[in-house]
Amino acid sequence: MERCKRLTCISILLHLCFSLLPSTIAISSGSAEGYTISGRVNVESMGAKGFSLPAKVSNAKIILNGGQKVTFLRPDGYFSFHNVPAGTHLIEVDAIGYLFSPVRVDVSARNPGKVQAALTENRRSLIELVLEPLREEQYYEIREPFSVMSLIKSPMGLMVGFMLIVVFLMPKLMENMDPEEIKRAQEEMRSQGVPSIANLLPGTGRS
Amino acid sequence: MAMVLRLSLFLTVLLLSLNPSSALYDDQVGLMDWHQQYIGKAKHVVFHTQKAGRKRVVVSTEENVIASLDLRRGDIFWRHALGATDTVDEMDIALGKYVITLSSGGTILRAWNLPDGQMVWESLLQGSKPSKKFLSVMNFKMDKDNIIFVFGGGCLHAVSSIDGEVLWRKELTTESLQIQQVFQPVDSDIIYAVGFVGSSQFQTYQFNAKTGELLKQSVAAFHGGFSGEISFASDDILVALDATGSHLVLILYQDEISFHQTYISDLVPDSSGVERILPTKLTGIFALKTDSSVVFLRLIGEYKLEVVEKINSAAAFSDALSFSEGQKAFGLVQHVGSRIQLVVKLDNDWNSNLLEESVEIDPQKGLVQKIFINNYMRTDKSYGFRALIVMEDHSLMLLQQGVIVWTREDGLASIIDVTTAELPVEKEGVSVSKVEHNLFEWLKGHILKLKGTLMLASPDDIAAIQAMRLKSSEKSKMTRDHNGFRKLLIVLSGAGKLFALHTGDGRVVWSLLLPSLRRSGSCQFPTGSNIYQWQVPHHHALDENPSILVVSRCGLGSDALGVLSFVDSYTGKELSSLSLAHSIAQVIPLPLTDSTEQRLHLLIDASGRAHLYPKTSEAFKIFQSEFPNIYWYSIDAEKEIIRGHALHSNCGLEETDEYCFNTRELWSIVFPSESEKIISTATRKLNEVVHTQAKVIADQDVTFKYISRNLLFVATVAPKGDCPIGSVTPEESWLVVYLIDTVTGRILHRMTHLGSQGPVHAVISENWVVYHYFNLRAHKYEMSVIEIYDQSRADNKDVWKLLLGKHNLTTPVSSYSRPEVVMKSQSYFFTHSVKTMSVTSTAKGITSKQLLIGTIGDQVLALDKRYLDPRRSINPTQAEKEEGIIPLTDSLPIIPQSYVTHSLQVEGLRGILTVPTKLESTTLVFAYGVDLFLTRIAPSRTYDSLTEDFSYALLLITIVALIAAIFVTWVLSEKKELREKWR
Repeated sequence: MERCKRLTCISILLHLCFSLLPSTIAISSGSAEGYTISGRVNVESMGAKGFSLPAKVSNAKIILNGGQKVTFLRPDGYFSFHNVPAGTHLIEVDAIGYLFSPVRVDVSARNPGKVQAALTENRRSLIELVLEPLREEQYYEIREPFSVMSLIKSPMGLMVGFMLIVVFLMPKLMENMDPEEIKRAQEEMRSQGVPSIANLLPGTGRS
Repeated sequence: MAMVLRLSLFLTVLLLSLNPSSALYDDQVGLMDWHQQYIGKAKHVVFHTQKAGRKRVVVSTEENVIASLDLRRGDIFWRHALGATDTVDEMDIALGKYVITLSSGGTILRAWNLPDGQMVWESLLQGSKPSKKFLSVMNFKMDKDNIIFVFGGGCLHAVSSIDGEVLWRKELTTESLQIQQVFQPVDSDIIYAVGFVGSSQFQTYQFNAKTGELLKQSVAAFHGGFSGEISFASDDILVALDATGSHLVLILYQDEISFHQTYISDLVPDSSGVERILPTKLTGIFALKTDSSVVFLRLIGEYKLEVVEKINSAAAFSDALSFSEGQKAFGLVQHVGSRIQLVVKLDNDWNSNLLEESVEIDPQKGLVQKIFINNYMRTDKSYGFRALIVMEDHSLMLLQQGVIVWTREDGLASIIDVTTAELPVEKEGVSVSKVEHNLFEWLKGHILKLKGTLMLASPDDIAAIQAMRLKSSEKSKMTRDHNGFRKLLIVLSGAGKLFALHTGDGRVVWSLLLPSLRRSGSCQFPTGSNIYQWQVPHHHALDENPSILVVSRCGLGSDALGVLSFVDSYTGKELSSLSLAHSIAQVIPLPLTDSTEQRLHLLIDASGRAHLYPKTSEAFKIFQSEFPNIYWYSIDAEKEIIRGHALHSNCGLEETDEYCFNTRELWSIVFPSESEKIISTATRKLNEVVHTQAKVIADQDVTFKYISRNLLFVATVAPKGDCPIGSVTPEESWLVVYLIDTVTGRILHRMTHLGSQGPVHAVISENWVVYHYFNLRAHKYEMSVIEIYDQSRADNKDVWKLLLGKHNLTTPVSSYSRPEVVMKSQSYFFTHSVKTMSVTSTAKGITSKQLLIGTIGDQVLALDKRYLDPRRSINPTQAEKEEGIIPLTDSLPIIPQSYVTHSLQVEGLRGILTVPTKLESTTLVFAYGVDLFLTRIAPSRTYDSLTEDFSYALLLITIVALIAAIFVTWVLSEKKELREKWR
């Protein structure tokens, strides 16, 4: 009974893990100054539930209030902070490769045992303190596989492409043109004098 | 022309900066960055070598790191950094597979899996008062379980090593009881706890190890009193010093307590001063430390002591190691000239040595401080010993068979300060391109690269490409390069050692254990504090080597005398050192240099006097001309006062020192101590360059940045709010930020954030301040930006005024004048806690800035300054969008690709230093903590040089193809023309 008072255990899964986790409740009676916050980190995507954490997460740190206390994960993903005073606390998970939202945890002094937790990023409140990553983090840019398009898009590719157009397509276009039209265009050019880029551009737009 | 160039450059920057910041491909890791992992000074060492397989050693350190090292090579298998307050007290191995650590003042017991470092269990041990900490693991033959006995917080606990469950607990907290030793004789299941009650009573307890039952308790008074430690003289006799420190007291404790005194001077005739017993875990021999020497004493017969050896040089000895049936050995290491000598002896036989080795040692490692020994079986079935030695510079090395197998420079885990030095200029006759031997090799390399980009390379080719890129000796050469990427990082470690690291590959170029930072008669507790660039030759003084100034203090108090030493940055030799007659409260590097390009420094002592260095008449003359223009400020954190100072006159009253000056107080700002407490200050970096004061904003308008070197940012919180999150409510906490001009003491801006608290991390650059704090109402971290604009120049936009000469552009900028400034401010949420914050700096200040945020996860995040722009709004206009203003969001984005540390962590991150390179787009970033990490980043991408993966071969091929095409078309047209003519 006394233990229940002292222990603000949030994890609902206790009945499941009771036999696995005797150490969670191994707090002998004494002059405890605060409460215990227990929770679990769950990384679903790796498929490994329960006992073995993925290698990346086994190195994770759980940080209370920006570095006031630091703890680590047990093999089954559980963690706990002891001797936490009543108040509103912040728990952060540092696991390389994942983005975890910091969690706001209210430890109430008036009614012990009542604990509220909410993710600060999206204000989702948690019924039990099971922390899940918001997303996996990819630290590297993914190299796009080689494609002909990327080669063509590169400055050199564009250069070659333009040259090919000029060399092979332009004569074809000239051939397809009506000889009379060419003649008229030539006359037009002669009458306008030296063509500049400025009056060529709208000209193409008009035709 | 230059203007046009600049404009076009500016446009390119703008254009390019629209892209998100540059990220790394995973095959680029290690090209521009290096990462070094350290653990810190070893405190406890446990070997694990019994079983076949990987031999390892588990180390806990002063940096609160627990690490498992490979015994063959010294590499780290796994490592954990505990919290800053979670100091490791004791460490041991249980069940042959768990590492047990006791930390946080004996209250937290953790078990770590030995192969992979996974935490297995954690238990909280309730204690009531601080006490000594002991940990021992006991193996009961009949059980599979090992029982861990922990004494901490005044309680004795027996803990099961399988799951960390407390089996029994006994409180030993009667009044004024100080438990001195908790131990368990071999092959018995009785635990003894002995201690002093008051100053003259000796108390013993005996417990049954299995049940925790108190078997016996006895008290005896000794009229002479006790002081210091208790040690073992033999299995059943303890030894302590009496209250005066002149007698050794032998204590028989097992059945009846009895005391026997021996006068120390009878044993050690020429000893003087107060001795102390060194804490040893030897039996049969104990050690007494006197002023100059270590004396080993042995018990002969009944209560009679004998000196076995007196060692006058620095020495260290290990705990006893039981290596075969009933035999215990210990190691003793001492300096013999430039060598160290390791002796392993049986603890009951002083005269014969099991092992005697000596090995040459680098004098820059200093004296031996600790030794840990371990035994192994040689092939001829005899016993061999290996020793781990901790040196004065915190390095760790393994000595085996007379050679140093490996060394770890763990002094680099405790960096205090960093500065940089340029490398020497490339001289004539030194071959530049040793890398690319000839054109063929060069072409081959590039064709390989091209194959790589075209995805035609086989795995072998890819490996060859990667090796070629990483090995490129171009980056680790010892000369200056064109882009300014190669530099020396000069770091001062906590052990008082200077290291010069090469920015190319991170290797130690030279190291120097500063003689002035070693403990000596005149300087008992030297502490290094800062390093400054003393002499940076360029232009005419190029022949001289640059040098740095190391400032240290002889003690911890503010009035401790200062010591200066000057070190050559190229050779790592101490040029000279000065023991000052005054203390050092502040060091001000002045923007003045003398004819040998030595920078003038002003040292302010605790009594408020200023001292000029170097003490030459030339420096004095230069200084005289700038005498009235020198201002500085000081922060009195206890009284919450910020004061501004200026120089007054020569202090020639009592001493004829013309380089000493009196100062006067110009202004002071007193913060109300009942409502505000200074927690953070920030200033602009002294060497920061700002390219232009004007800022072109949307619709061709110009604003002027307020750029002042004398800007001080101060953050204060409510006194209640100066504690960790979770202990204050939003109503009783507030944060006030000030911007203060340090010349006039004028408060330019004051802003209050209600319901917020520290810790505050702030950065000032150009005309803006960014700070990070905790918002208690939202229960999230926030970052705010303040930008300062100069209004007095705002009218200069009018072209007519400019033409008619009615502008104020020619009025000189004065620090005394009252600036008309306008502040713009905005706040955003930020996800993570922050450990440290910095900002990129480039050579000319043209490139846009990035904030470098050291997050709680020990990563460094590069965040574009454009995200912290007070002009951001929810719906920016078209013109603003073109300018690059990002629509307002309530929180700052964290893009994983913009972590400059990519998938690495800089364990225990403490600081981030940015160093501009000669290439305007690029800056070097050096992050340090327990680990070191250096990389090169380009906040607006490398717009002024080709990227690493630029394919020269593709360019060549294109050119060749174009030329070929020209020829082909020429031939074709010739033919066609000919055909035309024939027609």
